[in-house]
Amino acid sequence: MSKMCECVEKKIREEVREIMKPYKQEKDNLIQILNEIQEKYGYIPKAAQMEVSEYLGVPMAEIYGVITFYARFTLEPKGKYNVSVCLGTACFVKGSQAILDRLKERLKLEEGKTSEDGKFSIDTTRCVGACGIAPVFTVNDEVYGHATVKKLDEVLDELEKNEK
Amino acid sequence: MKTIEELNKIRAEKRIELDLRKNTNADTREKHILVCQGTGCTSSKSPQILENFKKIIEEKGIQNVRVIKTGCFGLCAKGPIVIIRPEDTFYAMVTPDDCEEIIQSHIVEGKVVERLLCKDIDGTKVTKLDDLTFYKKQKRIALKNCGVINPEDIDEYIAFDGYRALARVLVEMNSDEVIETIEKSGLRGRGGAGFPTGKKWRATRDAKGDKKYVVCNADEGDPGAFMDRSILEGDPHAVLEAMEIAGYAVGAEKGYIYVRAEYPIAVHRLQIAIDQAREYGILGKNIFGTNFSFDIEIRLGAGAFVCGEETALLESIEGRRGQPRVKPPYPAQSGLWGCPTLINNVETYANIAQIILKGADWYSSIGTATSKGTKVFALGGNVNNVGLVEVPMGTTLREIVFDIGGGIPNGREFKAAQTGGPSGGCIPKEHLDTPIDYESLKEIGSMMGSGGLIVMDDTKCMVCLAKFYLQFTVSESCGKCTPCRIGTKRMLEILERLCSGEGEEYDIYRLEKLAANIKKASICGLGQSAPNPVISTMKYFREEFRQHAIEKECKAMECKALSRIEIDEDQCKACGLCQRNCPVNAIEGEGREKRHINQDKCIKCMTCIRSCPFHAIG
Repeated sequence: MSKMCECVEKKIREEVREIMKPYKQEKDNLIQILNEIQEKYGYIPKAAQMEVSEYLGVPMAEIYGVITFYARFTLEPKGKYNVSVCLGTACFVKGSQAILDRLKERLKLEEGKTSEDGKFSIDTTRCVGACGIAPVFTVNDEVYGHATVKKLDEVLDELEKNEK
Repeated sequence: MKTIEELNKIRAEKRIELDLRKNTNADTREKHILVCQGTGCTSSKSPQILENFKKIIEEKGIQNVRVIKTGCFGLCAKGPIVIIRPEDTFYAMVTPDDCEEIIQSHIVEGKVVERLLCKDIDGTKVTKLDDLTFYKKQKRIALKNCGVINPEDIDEYIAFDGYRALARVLVEMNSDEVIETIEKSGLRGRGGAGFPTGKKWRATRDAKGDKKYVVCNADEGDPGAFMDRSILEGDPHAVLEAMEIAGYAVGAEKGYIYVRAEYPIAVHRLQIAIDQAREYGILGKNIFGTNFSFDIEIRLGAGAFVCGEETALLESIEGRRGQPRVKPPYPAQSGLWGCPTLINNVETYANIAQIILKGADWYSSIGTATSKGTKVFALGGNVNNVGLVEVPMGTTLREIVFDIGGGIPNGREFKAAQTGGPSGGCIPKEHLDTPIDYESLKEIGSMMGSGGLIVMDDTKCMVCLAKFYLQFTVSESCGKCTPCRIGTKRMLEILERLCSGEGEEYDIYRLEKLAANIKKASICGLGQSAPNPVISTMKYFREEFRQHAIEKECKAMECKALSRIEIDEDQCKACGLCQRNCPVNAIEGEGREKRHINQDKCIKCMTCIRSCPFHAIG
């Protein structure tokens, strides 16, 4: 993780304090709070972890343990376009692996990683619940159903064009 | 705060207003346009459809027509779905642009829009929902309100007997009578293992402790399963009501719903339901003026499959890593913060109010000798009618796949069905006529599980499928106990070897031995059942494993290293369609030349096979 300048760190700490206000200083609120932080920043910055640690009285090591345990929490920011391929069984049976393989090949990225320019990141999910239109991939919140390798290519072409 | 009398008044008034939802002969001039807002349809623009209808009705100044958002109708393959009541017209695959025509033709001129009607399995167009083969063999208990009511309006829930069971329990029954009714009904846990629900309630009630808790397990992590989500999205009050009844029976005043954060719509609707119930005084202190108080809080999960295991779930509610506890003590004795805790699954709760209202005898008359009632399945994979189905226990797999599911698409053959997700197993063709209940599924090497039912056609490689489930287990293993953490990883490595052509015959025995050890030595139910997908595929498709190991061949052509895609020159008509569709330009040849595949470039995505009109590629 790149080092953060002090003012950014200060701002994050303030914002996180605001997020935590409705929560009592009880340990069992940890996951609820982390969920909100993840939602806001797209990852859990170290400054935020420190603030949570002080507020709840939970050691940093334990917070790190919780973050790395749950798939929804990430330590790295996601790309501007987070492309996520569903690997639920219904999608798998309909060929989502080929879509993921193609995505990794095209963006030259591994699962869970973000491109250096911060534009793209690759994710996998276990069932977004759209099994009726499997296989499915999503770009941020947009769901693309009945996906094929070709459709993925077209969507990526479009996104890359927008970025030029 | 509402009294029971006030509740009855709301029910009586609202019921007349909503008669047209269930009665096709309702005497009314009103029409209700129901638009599915489940996750499946929402992904295909159904919120926009809802908005468009509202806008058009307002612009045209049409009277007596209401647009209602509902939960899932079940037939997700044909979504987005719009139903018009009271006539029960079923429109499939509607787009936002179709709204104008539906309003003009159906509502204004009274003419059904033929082109949007749904085709049944035999190809005939069907006008009414109830006439579709998909719905005919179903029996809806847990899903009875899904697709009928607006899940964000408590009055609509009350209209269809909502909170009547709670009122009856609080006024007329003591906790013993409630528990006896549940025991007598024969209801068993719908989360997977099938533990008798009444027994669980009794154990929690009898446990010593001042404070007790009721928990709803809505951490539906089984990939390809979406029953619980649909219930929460379509009928959230049913879960709240049942948790309150459970709270009364076991002596708890506080409930938690642990739900996946990946289900934003379900979480949103649950929160609305809780707020509305609090406002009516149905949740909170002294409910209906009795001594009973109960409140419910939502706790979000954060994407860990193991949290579906009850003790891991408790750990997670307490804010820690979701690692299972060693049992005993069971949660009924020592659960949340060491207090006796009752944990049931969403679908289990969705049956409770019905059992109280209609009686244990009614419920136990449905199903088989050991498994009572109905079960909801999320039907998916290579089957025509992907969606949500609820059938009486004892229905055969053949009926679900071929009658309700409409069979296998593209003229392919049925190869296997998978139930129980990563803890379950595969059911091959020869067991298609097994009646589905807890015992018979176990006997043939699978399990009921939470209700995911994935159908596979003959293009699927069973070794790949086993690998897929092991990948899942390896990434979701919590790491607490060694057999699961390391054992499943070793099993996955062997399966990867087999799929990449580096396997050997002895690998099959290695897999069997590891599977047996993991089953025996893991701490929690998930570890103990993790090898199941491998064991059952090896049992029924051993020949396929052998082909991978010895002949280095994958007949289904899914394992890339073991398969080559080639174009049959005799059948190729040089149309070039495959070439235009190939995403990596691996197909060579120009003009009238026969095409061939450059194996170095081919990524075996099989797009060409699907695009060839002459079936020349294979």
